[in-house]
Amino acid sequence: MQHVSPIREPLVTGGKTYHDITEDVCRQVEAKPNVRWAAALAVALVGLAIFIYSTYRTLWYGIGEWGLNKTVGWAWDITNFVWWVGIGHAGTLISAILLLFRQKWRTSINRAAEAMTIFAVICAAMFPVLHMGRPWLAYWVLPLPNTFGSLWVNFNSPLLWDVFAISTYFSVSLVFWYIGLIPDFATIRDRATGPIARRAYSFLSFGWTGSAKAWSRYETVSLILAGLATPLVLSVHTIVSMDFATSVIPGWHTTIFPPYFVAGAIFSGFAMVLTLMIITRKVFKLEDYITLEHVESMNKVIILTGSIVGVAYITEFFIAWYSGVEYEQYAFINRATGPYWWAYWAMMTCNVITPQLFWFRSIRRSLTATFIITIFVNIGMWFERFVIIVTSLHRDFLPSSWAMFSPTIIDIGIYVGTIGLFFTLFLLFAKFFPVINMAEVKAILKSSSEVKHHPHGTMHGTDKDSHTNTHP
Amino acid sequence: MQDRIKYWKGIEELENTPEFAKHAHNEFPEFLPINEARGEGESTGLTAPRRDFLKLLGFGLAAATLASCEAPVRKAIPYLNKPVDVEPGVANWYASTYFNNGDFNSILVKTREGRPIKVEPNPSSTLTPMGTSPKAQASVLSLYDNNRLRTPLIKGKEAKWEQVDSEIRSALARVNGKVALVSSTVISPSTKQLINEFGAGLGNFEHVTYDPNSASALIGANGGVIPGYDFSKANIIVSISADFLGTWVAPIPFAKQYIQNRKITAENSNMSRHYQFETIMSLTGANADVRVPIKPSEELAIATAIYNGLSGQGVNAPANVDKKALENAIKDLRANNGRALVVSGSNDPAVQTLVTAINKTIGAEGATIDTASPYLVKQGNDAQMLRLIDEMNNGSVGAVFFYNANPVYDHPLADRVKTGLAKVALKVSFADRVEETAALADYVAPDNHYLESWNDYEPKRGFLSLAQPVISPIFMTRQAQDSLLAWSGSKTTFYDYIRNNWRKGAAGTDAQWEKAVHDGVLENGTSMLALSPATASTLTAADAAGRAPRAVAGGSIEAVVYEKVGIGTGAESNNPWLQEMADPITKATWDNYITMPRKMAEEMGVSQGNVLKVTYANGKTLELPALIQPGQAQGTVGIAMGYGRELDSMPTAKGRGANAFPIATVADNGILFTGAVQLEKTGSTVEIAQTQTHHTIMDRIVVQENTLANYKSNPKEVTQYVRIATHEGPAKPAAISLWDDYEYKNHHWGMVIDLNSCIGCGACTVSCQAENNIPVVGKEEVLMRREMHWMRIDRYYSAVEHEAKDYKTMEDPAENPSVIFQPMMCQHCNHAPCETVCPVAATMHSSEGLNQMAYNRCVGTRYCANNCPYKVRRFNWFAYSNNDKFDFNMNNDLGKMVLNPDVTVRSRGVMEKCSFCVQRIQLGKLEAKRESRRPVDGEIVSACAQSCPTDAIIFGDMLDPESRISKTLAREKGERAFHVLEELNVQPNVTYLTKIRNLA
Repeated sequence: MQHVSPIREPLVTGGKTYHDITEDVCRQVEAKPNVRWAAALAVALVGLAIFIYSTYRTLWYGIGEWGLNKTVGWAWDITNFVWWVGIGHAGTLISAILLLFRQKWRTSINRAAEAMTIFAVICAAMFPVLHMGRPWLAYWVLPLPNTFGSLWVNFNSPLLWDVFAISTYFSVSLVFWYIGLIPDFATIRDRATGPIARRAYSFLSFGWTGSAKAWSRYETVSLILAGLATPLVLSVHTIVSMDFATSVIPGWHTTIFPPYFVAGAIFSGFAMVLTLMIITRKVFKLEDYITLEHVESMNKVIILTGSIVGVAYITEFFIAWYSGVEYEQYAFINRATGPYWWAYWAMMTCNVITPQLFWFRSIRRSLTATFIITIFVNIGMWFERFVIIVTSLHRDFLPSSWAMFSPTIIDIGIYVGTIGLFFTLFLLFAKFFPVINMAEVKAILKSSSEVKHHPHGTMHGTDKDSHTNTHP
Repeated sequence: MQDRIKYWKGIEELENTPEFAKHAHNEFPEFLPINEARGEGESTGLTAPRRDFLKLLGFGLAAATLASCEAPVRKAIPYLNKPVDVEPGVANWYASTYFNNGDFNSILVKTREGRPIKVEPNPSSTLTPMGTSPKAQASVLSLYDNNRLRTPLIKGKEAKWEQVDSEIRSALARVNGKVALVSSTVISPSTKQLINEFGAGLGNFEHVTYDPNSASALIGANGGVIPGYDFSKANIIVSISADFLGTWVAPIPFAKQYIQNRKITAENSNMSRHYQFETIMSLTGANADVRVPIKPSEELAIATAIYNGLSGQGVNAPANVDKKALENAIKDLRANNGRALVVSGSNDPAVQTLVTAINKTIGAEGATIDTASPYLVKQGNDAQMLRLIDEMNNGSVGAVFFYNANPVYDHPLADRVKTGLAKVALKVSFADRVEETAALADYVAPDNHYLESWNDYEPKRGFLSLAQPVISPIFMTRQAQDSLLAWSGSKTTFYDYIRNNWRKGAAGTDAQWEKAVHDGVLENGTSMLALSPATASTLTAADAAGRAPRAVAGGSIEAVVYEKVGIGTGAESNNPWLQEMADPITKATWDNYITMPRKMAEEMGVSQGNVLKVTYANGKTLELPALIQPGQAQGTVGIAMGYGRELDSMPTAKGRGANAFPIATVADNGILFTGAVQLEKTGSTVEIAQTQTHHTIMDRIVVQENTLANYKSNPKEVTQYVRIATHEGPAKPAAISLWDDYEYKNHHWGMVIDLNSCIGCGACTVSCQAENNIPVVGKEEVLMRREMHWMRIDRYYSAVEHEAKDYKTMEDPAENPSVIFQPMMCQHCNHAPCETVCPVAATMHSSEGLNQMAYNRCVGTRYCANNCPYKVRRFNWFAYSNNDKFDFNMNNDLGKMVLNPDVTVRSRGVMEKCSFCVQRIQLGKLEAKRESRRPVDGEIVSACAQSCPTDAIIFGDMLDPESRISKTLAREKGERAFHVLEELNVQPNVTYLTKIRNLA
């Protein structure tokens, strides 16, 4: 049992009852699709179609369909990969680390954030396969027993570490998310009227009964998975950063990368969660569950991680100068003043300067400002990866090989396409799955609301049943 | 219930026969033949017949399925009678000769299963023992050109040889007027004799020789021959616009001579000093110690200044020309009497007269010029060709034959050639395809490729070389000489003709002949080539020196029409290897362009790729993009010849660039390869596909050079070695390592590249392409920076004056930069960064120090390429073979014949790179093993090292203390030997030797 300060803002506003929560969340699932949702899905499906076409071109004709060259062997592919993996981080952080830290405000956003994680990792996982010259042999990167003369993978390669990191991350996140969904699926199942819906949700809820034993196990599993997922928040992006940090290329070969990448990942992940939440709460009328408190808390995380990232950028420059290594120094001067200066300054503006506006409480609590700034952060973090990958590669050691990279329509198509894929999945999720974890929100409803509101009698005045609530 | 109606299974049950009773308890009452099928009698009973049935069913299903899978049919037809020389899998080598427009190479041709696949230098030759030109390397691909004519043509229609022969014979019989045979230089003694005999039978006959890039003035000023230059004996070399290392006269023999006294060691540190006065930045100029940009109209003034300077008069240099350098050159020439040489590429008789006089003054004749043995590789006579064009136009020519000549394309007066041809009754071309002249000919009698032909050559008096066919003619072509024999009514073949001709002197006995054919060369001083009598020049040096410089119309720009190292005069421009070969200087592929100095471009507001309209003498125009060329003389532009082909018979060259020949000026019965032009911006832009777009070295220690003065004072201080700061003081990078070193027990292959010897010609890049089945990717892909060359030559210009760390400024090359070349390929690092990052271990280290690629294992993550500090890995972005998007030699069955069967053709999506020619290493080791010995040093040579005309690349076993590479490394250690990017501690197996410049 925790003590909750009496001056703390309630986590759920609007005097909701348990029943209200069920109604509010299930309404989206049970009602007919609304027009705005359908329109959004149509746009997302167009994006998905672009993805399918671009992927077809890449797989059928080869990587040459992209803008890569002999000097810049990775560009948008790995930029997108790191960007999507980074975006995924917020979900795990919210659901795992905040769970362990008993941060109750997380309950209303963790479901959507976790879904975002899953979908972002799906988008991310496309790239390591698509970027291969021979993707049909992608399984060769797995340490499978084989008959190719007992060929084994190269455990020295950070790309192999990536394979393990991403697949572990995806599996744990998926299980964690699904376990959380089971009680809510059961709720929808119990309310379902149509035979298809009942069957479907019955299957999805794995026969959840809601017994005390089931709840106990549910809580235990959540805790165990949270424990498992927590190191992944740190490990996944650490390992992704090692793709670069263990190389010899100036601008990549940097020991600061692991913490810097993790901070950047949380930074971009929170920005993406906010972007999606601000839309979702509006479209599905969930203002009482995803409150300004949530937005403000997340903005505080953004300002912290954004500042870490900013410090990292500056540290890189300092170390480049301090190292006395010609190539290292040039790599960073080239970032800021070379042909890709615009990408560097886009990154600096979006990632370092704009989040500093959140020092102002009014901006932190302004939905419009938050929405705009989170979009900036999303763009900035994409540019961060682009800057690291492309500007480091395009001018490395021998000036004779210096080259420029420019994307083809297929590069753009695949990137835009994964956004389409992501939103298709997210919109389907938002329609057919409960976007807010009803069970967990109900669990915090009383403790978070009674302190302030109970004396005025506004919170539970009409809800007699609420006293039966037992929460941890 | 008891009285239930009984239903019988059949009449047998009702009758209850014994047979029925016997089987009544069985599941299948009838007899099943399964046991019989198993060869067992009925008596053995039912031992699981159902299982057998299922087995049979399964087998049947599997058999039916297998039968429906059709295995690909590959037709391998064995020899009925195996040819004596052909062993499958074993290469045969034949001596032959490549000659094209002055580019002479005695070669060995490698054939596999009857197919010629590679050209290598013939070490028996004293002229070209070390290497070949890029064109010679690429010539083997021209053999498999799908666009060569397959039959003779009569008025553009396919025909039979018999018909062609009879029609031409009858046409010759009633020919009205003069018969002319137009050819480029013929250095074949037998061919020349045959042409003369052919003409003698016709009476009114003239053999007209012209060269597209003519040396007419040089020949005129030297009594009908090109002086027997010997650069190896010259301490001082002064060249006025002669690109003798790239394109002028006989570049490969010259390169070999030139480099002989530029190879230096601490013990023998004498090297020549080379002054170059030239307009465009040529390959030769790039190698010069002192290079002075001049306008073409100033060539005469420079020659005059040297001529006058040598006779003690004051040096009167044209304005804007570096007078100090000119004075130094004159001073050096005077101080090195008998050890100096002056050459000029100008086709102005006045300049050449002066140069001849200068060479007399400095005692070159008999010293640096072998008067007894002149070069014969250019004999073209501009005046003769101009006269023929007039004669054709006035209708006095009755028949004309074109042999290795295409004046409708490559003569400045091509339009007049065309109008003249219309008035000639009989026009016959020996072209191998319907090129510009052949398209206007009545008969095309396609000549064999040189690899299908017998021929003899005399490039230099007393140096004979032979060519023998290494493959039967692929198409219904016939050697031009055989055609001439047929038309003159002779029954002999050209082989017999040569044989008879040689019997008269060079090789009297069959044994001598066999040896000459085997060796490919005969250099016992016998001379066979008869030259046409020369018209002696009446110009004296004093007259020439007194001439006023050629006037250039005010406001116009002097354009130079120059020859590129790869494309040359365009005779082989349909060769994709040559088109994709990076020009040694501009690093551009696939196109020609207008080279212009940066200052001029800035003044005109032109940036690279802007298309300019060039208006030349007769008001005609062409449009080409501009290329900013450091070192180009102010007020001049350069445009390469050999481009602008429009015919379908050369699809690879079609539409590439524009034809610059018409810009050349016809004056004084000669051709000047320069012209006054006007330039205008068109507003459009065409990208030029360069393989290198950054031209300065950015103050990095990746390629090293120093001066001869410093080298002489202390050879240990000419190379910078990077040291890493440790707590124990500065340490060699290799001394600080986290890794265990590989242990090499048997061999440790390595390479040494002498930057002082490398002239940057690019022969190694083409050789590598031929040896290793490297695909051609086309202009669009080169623009995407995706050329596949495993070996490239990095070319760096010195930067403009700049402060340290002023990165923006140091990106700009100097107006007249010094140039350095650095061949770059996989460095075969002992601590290779590519090896650790591959997730599937597709690239790994061999026990002999090679960094290997297992193409089959590669999944194509490109991580290795990203992590390569030298950026030498190449990725198969597309399928480059059997792909219509890349319609080059690997997309047709004929073109694929050039592929080396010892090297895998890589599939789409895999990484590739230099293998140190591992197939050659394996072959060498196997041959040594078969003879129970160690491989001998020099037996295993990589393709690049073998083809290098200046022997700049040494390949060998670094574990063999007696090998050349070990000795070189031991000698140069701490002096000139360095590793590129040593501070990364990747420990390459390729070592470079610092370039030394003999600055004045």
